[in-house]
Formats: sequence, structure tokens, C-alpha cells
Amino acid sequence: MKFALTGNQNCGKTALFNTLTGMRCHVGNFPGVTVEQKVGEIRGKSGCSVVDLPGIYSLRPYTQEEIVTRDYILNEKPDGIINIVDATNIERNLYLTMQLLELDVPMVLALNMMDEVRAGGGTIDVEKMSRELGIPVVPISALKDEGVSELIDRAIEVAKRHILPVRADFCAADSPCHRCIHAVMHLVQDHAAEAGLPLRFCASKLIEGDSDIADRLGLDENERELIEHCLVQLEAESELDRNAALADMRYSFIESVVAASVVKCSESREHRHSVAIDKILTGKYTAIPVFLGIILLIFWLTFNVIGAGLQQLLELGIGRLTDIVDAALTNFGLNPVVHSLIIDGIFNGVGSVLSFLPIIVTLFFFLSILEDTGYMARVAFVMDKPLRRLGLSGRSFVPMLIGFGCSVPAVMAARTVSSDRDRKMTILLVPFMSCSAKIPIYAVFTAAFFPGHGALVMFALYITGILLAILSALFLKRTSFRGKPVPFVMELPNYRFPSPHSVALLLWEKARDFLERAFSVIFIATVVIWFLQSFDYRLNPVADSTESMLAAVGQAISILFKPLGFGDWRFSTALISGFIAKEQVVSTLAVLVGCDASLLYTALPALFSSTLAACSFLVFTLLYTPCVAAVAAIRREFGSRLATVGIVLTQCCVAWLVAFIVYTIGGLFV
Amino acid sequence: MTLNELKIGQSAVIVAVGGEGTLRNRLIDMGLIPHTKLTLRKVAPMGDPIEILIRGYELTLRLEDAANITVEITEEAAPAARADAPAKKGAGKR
Repeated sequence: MKFALTGNQNCGKTALFNTLTGMRCHVGNFPGVTVEQKVGEIRGKSGCSVVDLPGIYSLRPYTQEEIVTRDYILNEKPDGIINIVDATNIERNLYLTMQLLELDVPMVLALNMMDEVRAGGGTIDVEKMSRELGIPVVPISALKDEGVSELIDRAIEVAKRHILPVRADFCAADSPCHRCIHAVMHLVQDHAAEAGLPLRFCASKLIEGDSDIADRLGLDENERELIEHCLVQLEAESELDRNAALADMRYSFIESVVAASVVKCSESREHRHSVAIDKILTGKYTAIPVFLGIILLIFWLTFNVIGAGLQQLLELGIGRLTDIVDAALTNFGLNPVVHSLIIDGIFNGVGSVLSFLPIIVTLFFFLSILEDTGYMARVAFVMDKPLRRLGLSGRSFVPMLIGFGCSVPAVMAARTVSSDRDRKMTILLVPFMSCSAKIPIYAVFTAAFFPGHGALVMFALYITGILLAILSALFLKRTSFRGKPVPFVMELPNYRFPSPHSVALLLWEKARDFLERAFSVIFIATVVIWFLQSFDYRLNPVADSTESMLAAVGQAISILFKPLGFGDWRFSTALISGFIAKEQVVSTLAVLVGCDASLLYTALPALFSSTLAACSFLVFTLLYTPCVAAVAAIRREFGSRLATVGIVLTQCCVAWLVAFIVYTIGGLFV
Repeated sequence: MTLNELKIGQSAVIVAVGGEGTLRNRLIDMGLIPHTKLTLRKVAPMGDPIEILIRGYELTLRLEDAANITVEITEEAAPAARADAPAKKGAGKR
């Protein structure tokens, strides 16, 4: 048996899904789109699976999430719908319910957050509401796992016996809306039966002007005209336009249901608390300082306290393991080439990428807390204005900011951006935010060329990245992303404590996601780089890496960097190895120059013709292709190999151009 | 008058929802339909967007979008909130 879990955003849907399925679920994408699809088996009920559909407010076919939800229910025909609603915000939540009831699928309503309603002194007459809506209603608390087993039983019962919602007719008898809906239903009855679509749903959607449904029904010109005639009459009689008239009908019915069955608390405790917290968190003078404080705290905790400690531990572990395997292989007398593949290629390459896992997981931990508490919506509220100029919304702010830490979680965090267009644009801008792995490169170069001015140089580089992100956003807004942004009409949910279970599950998912990539794309990339590094073009293993194929490739492309002032092949080679992980630029350079990484800064000045050339190199490093882990994340979000290659190449071209400008224009003054 | 002209703390009832397409339908779906009461709760630190209380929940929308919504004031701002500028009436546009 298949169940579809639907509901608004912020109504506790994910928490319910996790409670229903435990830790076992399969995460994928809905076919053809980058909307996450989670499927899991209901605990203790073998053969019953539940699909977590995206959080939506309506079944209009506008956003990807809405389209996915309605297509899933119309095409996949689940055995039952579990519609979860936030009982503390029942009116707007039931609006989606009204539309789901028209779909002619067995359905149960889960009244979530009933504990909060009760704590605030409110009650809901579940029996009465169930009678009014014509479906079973089960009060639950997904976080506290209350009422969930009853919900499962009721859902299985309606699905097994195929109990359809008792009523779908919510309009007052003989109202203009009633007449219009029934006239349209009468008109398209045969078409709906033929297309296998629920009749009442079709009528509602035709009134809303949904051309997708009109096409699916195969209506001819004459029928479309007749429907239009009904609609004109509806508008004349109700003195509202068609969309407002229909919404008015739905909301009027909801109001009557709520009036009959809900005793509202004056104001829930959570809401009162939220208002109080918001006085500071979105206050006129406090909002931005508090936000900056929180972000700095997150970065500090990630890079200096938790993440860094874990990272060192992991590096130590990987180092130990490498030593053990190395010794074992030496004892075994394995072929030196295979030995080198395992130790220098796989262990070294994958290990250096893997050592980022703690940073990524820690950043994600804080991100998920920001999201689950409801603070992310507030950041979007506060930061919307400056981002709007760039054609984005406030939702994109946090993912881009995380880019200063690491591009991988930043790209993954862009999922929280609600529109596809904004999400893609945000991901394209993330690589401009200089990630923390580039800091070692900057550090060596400032020590070599600008001793004592490290902070200033870093600041200039970060600002350059941000300025280019702004320029790119303005360019994208006028070219490939010209489309109208999805309207920024967003709910500010009450602040809530995140569920540890959900946070843990999310972390596990993200870590697994990263590991999967580490052992596929990243694995292949490291082996390729190792191969190029260890052999010459006659496929003989090289003792000195200066004779390797990688060096030859570096030599070949070094000509590209001549105009930028650093035509030495060692730089181009180091940049290629930086594709695995940015801090490898420094280690590779040290190997090629033939000195210890800690002394590299003394050797560097001799390799550059001028300080300006070093600046040009830094700018290029700042902007050129993100590392393989980030590229893999981008590819996953875009779902297209071609687009990903395009992004990498564009990024390199931008880096080249800007470095060229720096070198030539700088040359005029020096 | 329109929703973007409301002062913090003022309550109003929606008269008409203008605009078109996705935005308008989104507003309607979120419960902004004629005869619904709302209160302006807050303005973002940079002056835009705004936060309103409607149907028992907090919704944020941009000033330019709020300009499409015609409202009629029902209740003046509470004494704590500022109510300096005089409210203009009847200048609502569709």
C-alpha cells in the first residue's frame, strides 16, 4: 500500500515522516526535477510505504513542488493521502485540504501540534470536524510521537476499504459558486471519466484557469467557450473574480468548520514567545547585528572548535590507516605501481577530500537548526531588500554566506530556496564566495609577497569575490535568468525547538550524500590525477614528478597563463591538482619546487616576475573552478552534466579574464 | 488605501486584491481575500518587506506586492506603535 504525505510548509511534515518511518528511508529526486523525494516503509507495517511530498500551500501548477505533488497524486494514484495540518494555524492549513478532498482518494487528516493547542487553552472537537470534512481526523503530535499509531491505523483502514471522502461539495447551496462549479462539472463529466481524472477537481481547476487540466481533458473550443460563459456569470453574480470567488468559497467553508469545532486559545504560547523573540531578532536596530553575531559564532564553532577538532582527528585517523596499509603493502611486496595507486592516489586524494566531512557536517548541523527553529525565514525577511536588486530573494542569503565556509554545504543548502530559478542562480553565485580551503594558499602568498599585510590582502580578495558575484548576478538577471522571480510571499512560522531526531537524520543523509560522492566522482578524479602525476606519456612510472604527464599537461596549458604573468608550468600544474581540493595547490607547489610546504614562501618570490604577477595568481585562484566535491554537488543540484561542465568552464574563463585585467591594468601603474 | 500604506499596529480589512498571475493567486491561496482582517505587525529593518498577521499567522510580503491590495482601516494603531502620519481614505485603486 502506498500513502502520500502532504501538507503546508512548516506544519511538521518532515517530523511526521521521520516518526512514521524511523531511520529507514530512500532519498531520491522526483523524475525530471530536482525536488527531493523521500520514500520509506511505515514502521511495523510491512508493505506500507509512504512518500513525503513537498510542502505546498495549494495545488496550482506554478512551482515545481506544486506540480510534483499534484502529478504524483493524479498519476501514481496512491492508496491513501495523509494530510498533515498545523492545528495552531488551522484556517490556512485546511485550504490545501479542501483541494485534496476533491481528488477522490481515501484520506485522513492529521491534526499536528495538538499539544500546543491544548497548552494554550484551546480545544478541537475532532468528531465534529471529522463529520464536517467527511474524513477521519486524528489529533497527533509528530514531535512527541503522540497519536501517530492511531493515525497509521486509520490511514490503513480507509485505504484498505477504499473509503473516499464523504463530501467534496463545500459551496453554499444555490450560491453563484455552487451553480458555476456544477455547470462546469456537468460540461466536462465525460471528458474527466475518459481521462481518468477526478471530476470535482477538474471543475475547480478549470475555474482557476488551469490550462494544464483543460489540455488533459482535451476540451474543444466550443466547450472552453461554454465554461468561460459560466465563469463570466459567476463573476457578475458574486462580484468577485473567478479566483477570488473560489478561494472565498473555500475559506468561508473553513471558517464555518472552524467556528463549529475549534475553540481557539486567545493566542498560543508559542506565538506569544515568537513575537517576543522577534522583537530582537527582526528588530529595527538589533536584527542585523544579531544575525552577524550568529553567523560569526557558527563559523567560529565550525572552524575553530568542533569541525577543526574533528577534522584533525579524522586526518590523524586517515594518516594512521595510511601508514598501516602502507607498511602492510610493503611487507606484502605489492607491485610498486599498484602500491603507489593505493597510497599516493586513493588514500592521499580521497583522504584529503574526506577530511572536509567534519566541516561539512558541522556546518549542516547549524544550518538545519537555523532552518528548523524558523530563524532562516527571519533572515530571509531581514535580508530580502538588498538581494532583490540582484534578482534574488532573502532566501538565498544564508546559502551564499555558507559559501565562505565551504562550497559543498552551501550548494546543498540552496535546496531551501523555494523557486527553481532562484535556487540555480544561488548555486551559480556560491563559488564566488572564497571558501576556507583557499586560506592556506592566500597565507603562503601573503607571507611571501605582502608580509604583515595579510589581513588587507585577504579582505581585498574576499571583496573581489563578492563584487564579481554581484556583477554576475546582475548579468544573469538580464540574460539566462530573465524570468520573473517567484513572488516572495512567505510565512514566518513560530519559533520551535528543532527535533533532535530530524536533525540527526538530516545530518546522516547529508553525510551519506557526501560520502557517496567521495567514493564515486571524487574517487575517479583522484585516480586520474594520480595517474597523470605518476606516469610519463610512454606510461612508464616516473621517479620525479616533473617528468610526469601532469607536468606535461601543466606545461602545455602554461601558455594560457603567460598573459596573466605566471607562465611557469609549476603553477598550472598546481592549479590542476587544486581541482581535487584547494589546499593541494600549496602542497603540489611545494613538491614541484622541491621544498617543504612550510618554507614555500621563501621560494615563491623567485618564481614570479613581479608582485603583480602574484596578485594575478591569487585572483585566478580565488575565482577558478570550485573543487571536485563542490562540482559534484553542483551537478547533483542541476541534474545535468552539460550544465555542470559549462559552469566549470565559465568559472575558469571569468577567473582568467579578471586575472588578466588585474595584471594588465596593474601593469600600467607599477 | 493600499496595504503598503498601513502603519505598524494598524488593522484593516481587505477590500480588493489586485495584480495578476502567479503573485495574485499566491496571495489568494495564502488567505488574502476580500473581507479578511489583517494587522500590520512589522517592517523589516531596511524598510521592506512587511510582516502582517492574518488568519492567525504571520505572513511577509514585499511593499510593491502589498501595493496591489486595497484595504480599509478598521482600527487605529495601538498607542505603543507610531501613528504620526494621517491615514488617507478612499484612494484605493483596483
